[in-house]
Amino acid sequence: MASNAIHTTTLTPISWTRKLANHFLTFFATASSIAVVIPLFAIFVYLVIKGIGSINLAFLTQIPKPVGESGGGMANAIVGSAIILAIASLIGIPLGIGAGIYLAEYGYNKLGNAVRFTADVLNGIPSMVVGIAIYGLIVVVQKHFSALAGGVALGVMMIPMVSRTTEEMLLLVPRMIREAAWGLGVTQWKTALSITLRTASAGVITGVMLAFARAAGETAPLLFTAFGNQFWNFNINQPTAALPLQIFAYAISPFDEWHRLAWAGALILILLIVAAVTAVRIVTSRGVMKGGA
Amino acid sequence: MGAAIEVRSLKAFYSGSEALHDVSMDMGANQVTALIGPSGCGKSTFVRTLNRMHETIPGASVTGSVVIGGVDIYADGTPAVEVRRRVGMVFQKPNPFPTMSIYDNVAAGLKLNGFRNRHKLDEIVEKSLRGSALWEEVKDALKKKSGASLSGGQQQRLCIARALAVEPEVLLMDEPCSALDPISTGKIEELIDELKQRFTIVIVTHNMQQAARVAGYTGFFLLGKLIEFDKTEKVFTNPSDKRTEDYITGRFG
Repeated sequence: MASNAIHTTTLTPISWTRKLANHFLTFFATASSIAVVIPLFAIFVYLVIKGIGSINLAFLTQIPKPVGESGGGMANAIVGSAIILAIASLIGIPLGIGAGIYLAEYGYNKLGNAVRFTADVLNGIPSMVVGIAIYGLIVVVQKHFSALAGGVALGVMMIPMVSRTTEEMLLLVPRMIREAAWGLGVTQWKTALSITLRTASAGVITGVMLAFARAAGETAPLLFTAFGNQFWNFNINQPTAALPLQIFAYAISPFDEWHRLAWAGALILILLIVAAVTAVRIVTSRGVMKGGA
Repeated sequence: MGAAIEVRSLKAFYSGSEALHDVSMDMGANQVTALIGPSGCGKSTFVRTLNRMHETIPGASVTGSVVIGGVDIYADGTPAVEVRRRVGMVFQKPNPFPTMSIYDNVAAGLKLNGFRNRHKLDEIVEKSLRGSALWEEVKDALKKKSGASLSGGQQQRLCIARALAVEPEVLLMDEPCSALDPISTGKIEELIDELKQRFTIVIVTHNMQQAARVAGYTGFFLLGKLIEFDKTEKVFTNPSDKRTEDYITGRFG
């Protein structure tokens, strides 16, 4: 070896304007992310303050009392929402995931583009319009309001949300994972269901739960479909109460007690959505390995 | 047992442009055949035509014939899925199924094709993992650890076990060591030597020394053509084509 001398070079110092810009952008990004959290947190705190006082056993187990009588609850609306959302999920989740699989795995053709375009348009249609359409298609034909019509309206709203997120999540799965399955002689549809969908499951479930939560809070599509009901109803062919409808009806009423019940209903609605989302996450995370890749 | 492969006038296309020009070659049963050549010469495309993986790329197509173990894999009525069951493949980058345990990764090919016998599956998983020299390292965490949690070299041997589990006749390896360290590479090369007892092996490699170490026969590809195909010793010591000589002596590539 000749010389072992270490050569050093002085680097040009960073100018103060660049340092300033760096600090400013870091501050801006941090501040923005805090600003995003504040509204959600504020809404939740406000709901708790306004609603917690009216939540008691009666609220969760009784149906609304007539005007003038105090007390009563939203039990029928909680059950009604559950029935309507179950119907919506039965329609929206399988069709949405099915369409998403088609779009990601087979949909690079005219049909795929048409479906993608339709889904985007459907996603942008005001929910009230969906309600009116289902009113015309189901309520007018059957000549009565029903939980079924409400469930279909919400289900129709879920389809494009679920299908587009499913497609996007499936496209994030690298091609080499699909090829690994094809290389074992696994058919394309089986690969899509058992390998690709499973690999993307965390993201797909997030998309499904977002769509579910949005549907759970919708009021407008239910106005002309489920209609609402002051009494118990377990028949999906009858007008049915739903939490958002009940909250709406109470909130625009002139009575202070009903206003308090509306706040309590809103709080319960949010808590039930959070509970449902958490439960689904816990159940679906079983049996799925978290990889290092 | 391995199956012999006969390739006749094979051409492969990507969206109409020809990537492989009229390749014909015979690979004997239970032989290891190495395919060498510079990047973009068509060796990966060629190996992917042998299990009909090439046609999964949109716009890709193949003409000519490939007969494996007496079956014309491109004949009308031969399902691609059936071909891929008989011709296993190991890819350039290890690609275990990330959400599955080690056990499920190995069992995947059988399970997804409807095989349900638990007891038999246990046996096959162990046999396959022993076959890919991974058993001793993972036997205590078969169902606890994810396939993706293993090291790169272990992942590649897991992928080999996964391919072995469906008991193919041919094993295609598309640069299986290019992402691995020398120790893992050594293990896989030893493995290839054992596996040729049971399978016909076609290995694409960027590494000429690797071809010389593992393969009985070597094919040299250049610009989509098979330039020379002969016993490995002959190709490396006394090539008949000037271009082969230029490549193996490092004049280009």
